[in-house]
Amino acid sequence: MPTMNMLQAINNALDMAMASDERVICFGEDVGTFGGVFRATSHLQERYGKARCFNTPLVEQGIVGFANGLAAQGAVPIAEIQFADYIFPAFDQLVNETAKFRYRSGNLFNVAGLTIRAPYGGGISGGLYHSQSPEAYFTHTPGLKIVVPRNPYQAKGLLLASIRDANPVLFFEPKRLYRAATGEVPDADYQLPLGNAEILKEGNDVTVLGWGAQMTMIEAAVEMVENEGVSCEVIDLRTLLPWDVDTVAESVFKTGRLVITHEAPLTGGFAGEIAATIQERCFLYLESPIARVAGLDTPFPLTLEKEYMPDQWKLHDAIKASIEF
Amino acid sequence: MSSTAKSNVVNVLEFLDGDEYRLPTFALLDQEGVLYPGIDAPSLERDKALHIYRAMVFTRVLDERMMAAQRQGRLSFYLQCTGEEAAVIGATAALDDSDMIMAQYREQGALAYRGFSIDEFMNQLFGNDLDYGRGRQMPIHYGSAELHYMTISSPLATQIPQATGYAYGQKLAGEGHCTITFFGEGAASEGDFHAALNMATVHRVPVIFFCRNNGYAISTPAIEQYAADGVAPRAFGYRMHVVRVDGNDVLAVHEATREARRLAVEHHHPVLIEAMTYRLAAHSSSDDPSGYRSRKEEEAWRVKDPIRRMKRWLIDRSWWSEDEENELLERYRRDVLESMKRAEKRPPPPLESLVSDVYDEVPLRLQEQFDALEAHIRRYPEQYPRGARSLGIDNTDEPQGRT
Repeated sequence: MPTMNMLQAINNALDMAMASDERVICFGEDVGTFGGVFRATSHLQERYGKARCFNTPLVEQGIVGFANGLAAQGAVPIAEIQFADYIFPAFDQLVNETAKFRYRSGNLFNVAGLTIRAPYGGGISGGLYHSQSPEAYFTHTPGLKIVVPRNPYQAKGLLLASIRDANPVLFFEPKRLYRAATGEVPDADYQLPLGNAEILKEGNDVTVLGWGAQMTMIEAAVEMVENEGVSCEVIDLRTLLPWDVDTVAESVFKTGRLVITHEAPLTGGFAGEIAATIQERCFLYLESPIARVAGLDTPFPLTLEKEYMPDQWKLHDAIKASIEF
Repeated sequence: MSSTAKSNVVNVLEFLDGDEYRLPTFALLDQEGVLYPGIDAPSLERDKALHIYRAMVFTRVLDERMMAAQRQGRLSFYLQCTGEEAAVIGATAALDDSDMIMAQYREQGALAYRGFSIDEFMNQLFGNDLDYGRGRQMPIHYGSAELHYMTISSPLATQIPQATGYAYGQKLAGEGHCTITFFGEGAASEGDFHAALNMATVHRVPVIFFCRNNGYAISTPAIEQYAADGVAPRAFGYRMHVVRVDGNDVLAVHEATREARRLAVEHHHPVLIEAMTYRLAAHSSSDDPSGYRSRKEEEAWRVKDPIRRMKRWLIDRSWWSEDEENELLERYRRDVLESMKRAEKRPPPPLESLVSDVYDEVPLRLQEQFDALEAHIRRYPEQYPRGARSLGIDNTDEPQGRT
C-alpha cells in the first residue's frame, strides 16, 4: 500500500472522483495550471482538461454561487476556497443558498452534488487570517454537512464520500497536517461513512473527543496521561454535522467523563453543543463536569501562537482535572 | 425621475460589447526612461523627485534583504513590492501626506515615502515588543496612524469599500483630504470592489481607487481574471472618472494621481486609476512562479524596471549620479542589516497582548481564560519560552524574533 501525505491523498481522491464520474468539476483560485497554492489539485487540469479543472476569478462569493448553480444543474462541483479564513464573502451563498436549496423548493431543486474544500486551522505561523477554524459558524446551519479528516487515509475516504453524498458538504482540511501527516493509503477507490464518529482507542476512565488536527494533540496528551495510569477512550468525531451522538454517549456511559477539544475560540465553539447534548443524555452517569479545551476567546495570534494553541499540555491538565474532580 | 440618464429611443436592435471603451495608456517616459518627444517636462521639482527615487531604491533594498532573511529562516514570511515601486510611490507622492492610504499588502513603498523608519519596518516584520500591531499579524502587515496608513488586513478587497466610507467621513469633515486605496487586478474581482465604486459615485466621495494591475493574482494570469479590457472600463458602469497609466512610469503615475486628487477633493469625483505593471517577484515567500510563468516573460518585464527608468531620467537632468547611487545602496543595505539585528534581539510582545484590544477592555470571561493560561505557563515554562519570558521566568535560549 503506498504511503502518502494528506495532500497527496486528497489529490488522489479528487483524481479518482474525476476519473469515475465525468460530472465532477474542480475549480477555485489557482487550482488550474498551478494545481492550487497547496498543490491539492496538481495535474488535474492536465488529465481532465480546462473545462473540468480551472482557475476562477478571485471572488469567493462567486465561486460558491457558481458552484450552487452548477450543482443545481446536475453537475458535481468541488470548489476550493483557498483558506477557510476567506470563506466569509461566500457566507450568504453557503448559509442562505447551499443549505436551503432543497428545503425551500420542496426538493424541486437541490445542490446534492456540491462539495466545498477549505484548508483550516493554525500552528503554521499564519496569524489572524491564515489560521482560523470557522466550523462553528456553519454547524449552526441545518442543511450543510461538515466533515474534517485527521490523516491521509481518512482524508481520501471521507472526501470521496463527501463528493458522492447526496447533500452539500463542507470539507475542512487541517492544513497543519497537509505534509506533516503521512500514512498508508490504498490505491483503490473507497469511502468512509459520513455521520459516524470513530473510536480510535478504547479506555475506561475518560473519553477524549476531537476532530482534524486536534487529534494529534489528543494523541500526545493521552500518551502522557496513560503513563500516569489513566485509561482514555479516544474518539474522532470526523463529521460535525450531523454528528454521531450515539457513539459519544455510549462512550461517556462507560467512562463517566468527557474532555472535548477544538482550536476555535471557546465561546460558541462546537464543543458547547456536544457538552449540552451529552449532559442531557448522560447526566446521571457523569463523574465530573464535561471539560472543553479550546482556543482563547480572541482572534488568532501570531508571535504568541504557541501560547494560544489548545495543545497536549493543556489537554493533559484538563484530563487530569476531570479524573481528579 | 428616470433611473437612466437621457436614454434615447432607437428602433434598430443593437447589442454592444463595450469594445468602444478600450482605454489608452497614459505615459510620459519611454521604456528607456526618456521623455516622449514633444511633451512638456512634468512639474516635479528636484527635491521631490529625489525623495521619490530614494523611497523606490529603499523599497527595493528592503525587499531584497528581507527575502534573503526569510530564505535564511530568520523571518517566517515576506512579500515584495519589486517592479511596482513607481506605481505605489509615484501615487503616494502625489497626495497630501495627511491623506489616508488603505493598501492591500504590497505597498510598503508608500510607507517608505512617508518616512516609516527602518526600525518600524523591522519591528513589525519580527513581531517584537515594539511592533505597533503587537506581534499579532504576519510580516508585512504594517500600519501607522501617524503616517495615515491603515493597518493591513489579509482578506482581499475588504479595504476598498472601507476607503469609500473613510473618504465620505473626510468629505463631511471638510478639511480637504481624500483617501487612496490600493489593490491588485485580482482583488478587483471581489464583490467589495464593485460595491465600493458604486457607493463612491452615488455619494460623490473623494476617494481614489488605485489598481495595481501587475498581471498575476498568485498564479492566475490577468487573462483568466477578466475577459474585458482590464479593470479600467468598469468605471463607466458606475459613471466614474478613470485613467489607465503606465505603472512603471513614475512621472505618469504621479501626474495622473495628482489630477485624480484634484478631481476627488475639489469636485468630489471619485477616480479609478489602473496602473499597468508587473509583479517581478514571486507572490510571496510561499510562492514559486516557475510553476506558472516563463523566465522569458519575466526578463521582458525586467527591462521595463521602473527604478531603472526613473534613474535614467534623473541622470539626464543631472539630478543624480552613479556615485550617489552606489553610496545610497550601500547605506541602505547596511542600515537594513543593522536594524534587522536590533529587531531580532527584542523580546516578544507581553503575554497580555493575547487578550488586549479584542475589546476596549478585557471582558471578565476572557480575563479568567487569561489567568488560567498564565497559571498553565507557570506549570510548564519550558513549553512556552515566549510566554515564560514575558512572565519573567525564562531560562531558555530560544532564538528571538522567529515566528
